[in-house]
Amino acid sequence: MASLNDYLLVSGLLFSIGLAGVVLRRNIIIVFMCLELMLSAANLTLVAFSRFNTVEGLPDYTGQMLVFFVITVAAAEVAVGLAIIVALYRARQTIHTDDLVTLKG
Amino acid sequence: MEHLQLPLFWLFSTIMLIGACAVIAFRNPISSALAMVTSFVGLAALFIGLSAFFVGVIQILVYSGAIMVLFLFIIMLLDLTDDKKRSSNAAPLFAGIALVGAFFIQLIGVLSNLPDKAAPEINAETLAASAEKFPKDSKISEALTSGSLPDVHLIGHTLFTDYNFPLQILGVLLLVATIGVVVLSKRQTN
Repeated sequence: MASLNDYLLVSGLLFSIGLAGVVLRRNIIIVFMCLELMLSAANLTLVAFSRFNTVEGLPDYTGQMLVFFVITVAAAEVAVGLAIIVALYRARQTIHTDDLVTLKG
Repeated sequence: MEHLQLPLFWLFSTIMLIGACAVIAFRNPISSALAMVTSFVGLAALFIGLSAFFVGVIQILVYSGAIMVLFLFIIMLLDLTDDKKRSSNAAPLFAGIALVGAFFIQLIGVLSNLPDKAAPEINAETLAASAEKFPKDSKISEALTSGSLPDVHLIGHTLFTDYNFPLQILGVLLLVATIGVVVLSKRQTN
């Protein structure tokens, strides 16, 4: 079985790809998807630690509880975020982050 | 089965990472969303490889099922066509690559100093030994003594004993999110 560092490396890679997407892309929906990728990378780390630190012969379920809560909160966050994007599109007819400069001084 | 675990880990990691790269590489948002589904299926397979079966299944159900369908709905609803003719600036591209490169170098530095750890064995013997702390005639205890990991039962047990209060707060959060979405997406009338 793969070692703990392999899992940490893969999840770090996934996190950096998500970060790259957030910085590089200008479409706000893609930026939102990349945020989900970063959340998932954190989930992979949590599950890996849960499996590699057994408590009395069983995986440490505290970590998986946190993953469960993260997934639920992420689902709520996506619903609210997409509603905000729809409201934004209605108001401005764009979802391009370059066009949203109202807060720029 | 044991000798297949390492190749399968790398196979599903590669699927996941290629899917993630495709999310930011595609110009069409629908292609990005489908690439993201691929990435999440690979991630769910990794979860199952870590014997977190419940988390793997809800990863597919919630992320690949519910959340990505929501994304696809919104993408099709908004009718985004102007993404192609925009030219990307060089400055954010350079800054993004530099930022990610710095993060990755730091990650390699940390991981190379970290003591590596192999997974502790979970087999029929250790499972049977851990059955003692559960009541004798419970489902969890029966499954553990027969040598299988009752993942869903254990998660349910932890969720409704140690994490009962956070679970109820989560219910309130989902209710508030539902109300918030309805209020946000209501058409504003003057």
